[in-house]
Amino acid sequence: MTMIQVNNLIKNYKKVEALAGVDIHVKPGEIFAYLGPNGAGKTTTIRILTGLTQATSGTCSINGFNIEKQVCQAKQQYGLVPQAINLDQELTVQENLIIHGWLYRMKSADISSRIHALLDYVELSEKKKSQVKTLSGGMKRRLMVARALLHGPKVLFLDEPTVGLDPGIRRKIWALIKKIQTTGTTIFLTTHYIEEAEFLADRVAFLDQGRIVALDTPDRLMENLGAWAIDRLVEDGMETVYFKTRHEAERFNTLKSEQFTLRRVNLEDAFLDLTGKKVK
Amino acid sequence: MIHGIIAIYVREMLILRRRLTRQIPSWSISPFLYLTAFSYAVGQGVEIAGHTYMEFLIPGLIAMSSMTQAFAIASEINIARFYWHIFEEFQASPISKVSYVGGEVLAGMTRAMLSILVIMALGFLFGVRLNYGLAFFIALLLNSFVFASLAVALAMVVKSHADQSMLNSFIITPMAFLGGTFFPIDRLPAWAGAVLNLLPLTHASKIIRAACLNEPLSIFSYFLLLAIGILFFFIAVRCVEKAKD
Repeated sequence: MTMIQVNNLIKNYKKVEALAGVDIHVKPGEIFAYLGPNGAGKTTTIRILTGLTQATSGTCSINGFNIEKQVCQAKQQYGLVPQAINLDQELTVQENLIIHGWLYRMKSADISSRIHALLDYVELSEKKKSQVKTLSGGMKRRLMVARALLHGPKVLFLDEPTVGLDPGIRRKIWALIKKIQTTGTTIFLTTHYIEEAEFLADRVAFLDQGRIVALDTPDRLMENLGAWAIDRLVEDGMETVYFKTRHEAERFNTLKSEQFTLRRVNLEDAFLDLTGKKVK
Repeated sequence: MIHGIIAIYVREMLILRRRLTRQIPSWSISPFLYLTAFSYAVGQGVEIAGHTYMEFLIPGLIAMSSMTQAFAIASEINIARFYWHIFEEFQASPISKVSYVGGEVLAGMTRAMLSILVIMALGFLFGVRLNYGLAFFIALLLNSFVFASLAVALAMVVKSHADQSMLNSFIITPMAFLGGTFFPIDRLPAWAGAVLNLLPLTHASKIIRAACLNEPLSIFSYFLLLAIGILFFFIAVRCVEKAKD
């Protein structure tokens, strides 16, 4: 069973190849992170999957519904939290949610009960009657998540959900995403924050120049390199050396006299190893 | 389809309700200035086809205002599209393009009708009594339908706010002055009258004025506005479909 299926997805903008044959299969209930630097094609993929952008070729389906041929059914399957805040700032929190409910053909009674439950869920109950423009950035993000969940989607697309938020708020959003996963919702997440993908994702796809260069669990992507890394200054910049154990790394360091930093291997290392460039 | 139309329409109305206290003065100021300047200062003693200039002018202002206010929905759509990115929420939702256009066109028409109420009230204050019957309101609805549909279509074509103001300068402003609003176009040379008869606002001014002044109505103009409105509506639907990048 596949919740999100993408086959040979290609998107060209005039002469620019944004996606060059992407294949993705996301299982029900998993958090799938799509990691890559700015301009790698992350947002383009989400925009195609959510019907905002037309693919040049390839097929995509959400919960078995083809997004081009069964548009309405496919759109009922997912909720979208885009990168930019796209709430009606002049309307209240409640009004934003009611409009969303109507767009998804929900009954008024269901809208009311879901609004009550979801605002409680994202801890915004006391802001129900407040105009959106009075909310903080973190509250707006949480409201966007609540809005995306209002019609009970099977899949939640989160495009850079914590971009521009301070670390405290970011962790609050992470906790919320984990909480959503426990309800069985499949989550497709794009990010360029390494720690976000490491903390949240069951599987990670590395995207570089419109191509998936690796796809696996975070642990397996990192374990090829080892568990520990030493960053040290060399003549032409910084060099990173990887080790299976901390003991090996410390022993290596005793043989060298340069300045160094000892740390755990992370997804950035795996990305760097595969593409020769950093994620950020 | 109805759910989508209601969602889009109610959203626009909620926004309008929040702004209404600022909106009513802004709807009043231009007609008030036109009535003062053109009627008292310029039109004193002027008679057109047996009517005072004020009686001639108010139906023209109503036609013009219903056009500009219906067309103003384009600015709201652009703000939602380029500034607040709310258009993406509609694109991602399972509503049809017809629902989206229908909701926005209805919102544009409602704005137009509300702004007309302000002009009718001003006319009353200026002591002008006109006939606001069924033929008048049908003409108004048709005129606002034409320009709200045109507004949605053009809002999908433009790439920025700057493009939008350019459209106002090239389409709306010339039509506002030349569409039989301030002067009878039969006083112009025949060729100019023929050209201006191609403008929908000319026909709207003609039938709104005829309805207000209890004169014979041109059924052709009613049907012409209906046909143009339907054409613009379907062009708008097509433009919304093409608005994907």
